[in-house]
Amino acid sequence: MNLWLLAPELSLFFTAVVVLLLGLASSRRGIVIGVSLLGVLVSFVFAAFLWSGTPQATFNGMLSVDQFAVFFKFIVLAALVLVILASADYDYKVEQVRAEYFTLILISAVGLMLLSSARELITIYVSLEMSSISLYVLAGFLRDRRSSEAGLKYLLLGSVASATLLYGMSFVYGLTGKTELGQIASAIQSLSLSGLLDNPALLLGLVLVAGGFGFKISSFPFQMWVPDVYEGAPTPITGYLSVASKAAGFAAVMRIFYDAFGAPSWLGQNWGLLFAGLSIATMTVGNIVATAQANIKRMMAYSSIAQAGYIMVGLAAVSMGQSVAPAARSALAFFLASYTLTNMGAFVAIIAFSNKTNSDLIVDYSGMGRRAPLLALGLTLCLVSLLGLPPTAGLIAKVYIFNAAVQQGLLWLVIVAVLNTVVSAYYYLRVVKLMWLGNPVSEEPVPSSAALRTALFLACAGILLLGIVPDLLVRLSETAGHSLL
Amino acid sequence: MTVGLQHYVVLSAILFSIGLYGTLGRRNAIVVLMGIELMLNAANISLVAFSRYLTPPALTGQVFALFVIVVAAAEAAVALAIIMTIYRNRRTIEVDKIDLMKW
Repeated sequence: MNLWLLAPELSLFFTAVVVLLLGLASSRRGIVIGVSLLGVLVSFVFAAFLWSGTPQATFNGMLSVDQFAVFFKFIVLAALVLVILASADYDYKVEQVRAEYFTLILISAVGLMLLSSARELITIYVSLEMSSISLYVLAGFLRDRRSSEAGLKYLLLGSVASATLLYGMSFVYGLTGKTELGQIASAIQSLSLSGLLDNPALLLGLVLVAGGFGFKISSFPFQMWVPDVYEGAPTPITGYLSVASKAAGFAAVMRIFYDAFGAPSWLGQNWGLLFAGLSIATMTVGNIVATAQANIKRMMAYSSIAQAGYIMVGLAAVSMGQSVAPAARSALAFFLASYTLTNMGAFVAIIAFSNKTNSDLIVDYSGMGRRAPLLALGLTLCLVSLLGLPPTAGLIAKVYIFNAAVQQGLLWLVIVAVLNTVVSAYYYLRVVKLMWLGNPVSEEPVPSSAALRTALFLACAGILLLGIVPDLLVRLSETAGHSLL
Repeated sequence: MTVGLQHYVVLSAILFSIGLYGTLGRRNAIVVLMGIELMLNAANISLVAFSRYLTPPALTGQVFALFVIVVAAAEAAVALAIIMTIYRNRRTIEVDKIDLMKW
């Protein structure tokens, strides 16, 4: 048991407590934000040290600190920096954005970072709830009609999903007698040798677990909460929900379905087919409904459902076979990293616009190219990257993940995904066209604060950098993909 | 007749179903919340029963149930707070009237 292996989480948690106490002493937001960012930086340094270490399991095998987990910690920390900067100037709701808000964000990030390392059912459940409960509060943080409705919907549906997950876990535990993923895998191996694997109770357990996580990653039959929660929640939280909690959810899904239920190989392939089917349904629903949206936060919600569909293409490729699985895992990690930058960037721009116009309607973006050229340029870059055009990170991510799927013989899935990308061009480019070619409602320029500009700049620089020199991150994500314990 | 593992498993399945019915079929947010608590406790019963009958010396399942109880308490506290804000905003906690956002 080595506490250093937990240093990123512990330092972030310590920061959360300090921020909460600071909030009692002083009401200046600058200090709170500065301390939060400092804590994220410290946590990042610890994570960077862990990156160069050897992969190892700690706390009796409950947590595994491998490069794969650390990669997802980096993703969560990157999202955290952007969300803290974006919240600094969530102007028209200033009163409510106080120290507790940042504490809750930091605590949910601790939960997500633990989730990406967790390889034991109790740890998975507790870290999942640690992040979820903070996010329920954050979704309802503004306490107005929309925000509290979003909070209630997220809370009720999320709790049903986690109860379902838990009931499924209890069956998995009952049939294998273990809660640690590696031991579950060997128990399942011996069940399959004695011909007991077609036990309907085990199947029920697995399906319930898949359902619980399907909610977290907003996969098809469990995507109904996404648009409502994304629309009602404070915009920085919407961005955070759409990237960090999804990334950690995918990390956990990968560990569970690959570590514990990945062998024997026919079982893994069944998962692959299930994820492939869900992926098609998810991206099709997301893309088609997104075309009909008038509110940009709702449009981004459906877009994020569609993106989850593309990520599940990678998940299907991971489960299809052991030989190419590391490549598929790296592709998935790369996709999530690029998606984090892109989606957070888009939400930062949306915050800047809505601070001025007080509206999230797409029609109000008309002529923004003239009123706020830099913001509009940033949003355009993010939308183009979500669509997957050069020279952005989105293109590389899509090529990378589709390539992994083709290598696994999932050509049909990739064809559907590419057709879906074509549909998505309609709603992404509609916003771009309206911003640059539409007539402005007024000639008033849209001001933006230094924090928002910094966040947007960081996101856009990342998108361009990864689009032009993807090698930097490809090498990191390859290390991550090969390191899974 | 002795009470065995299957009795506990069946009990937990019944509780889980009642809870699920409560969350899907009832309109009062508090009752929905009670349904969720039932679902969580169904999982607890089956965890403890499996732990007692299948892996007797190890207490993993019972420890798991303890963690679930703690998490459920935290969840209930947050849920009641959110229901309070909903009530202050609209003077109702009927979930089918909380429909500002749809589609």
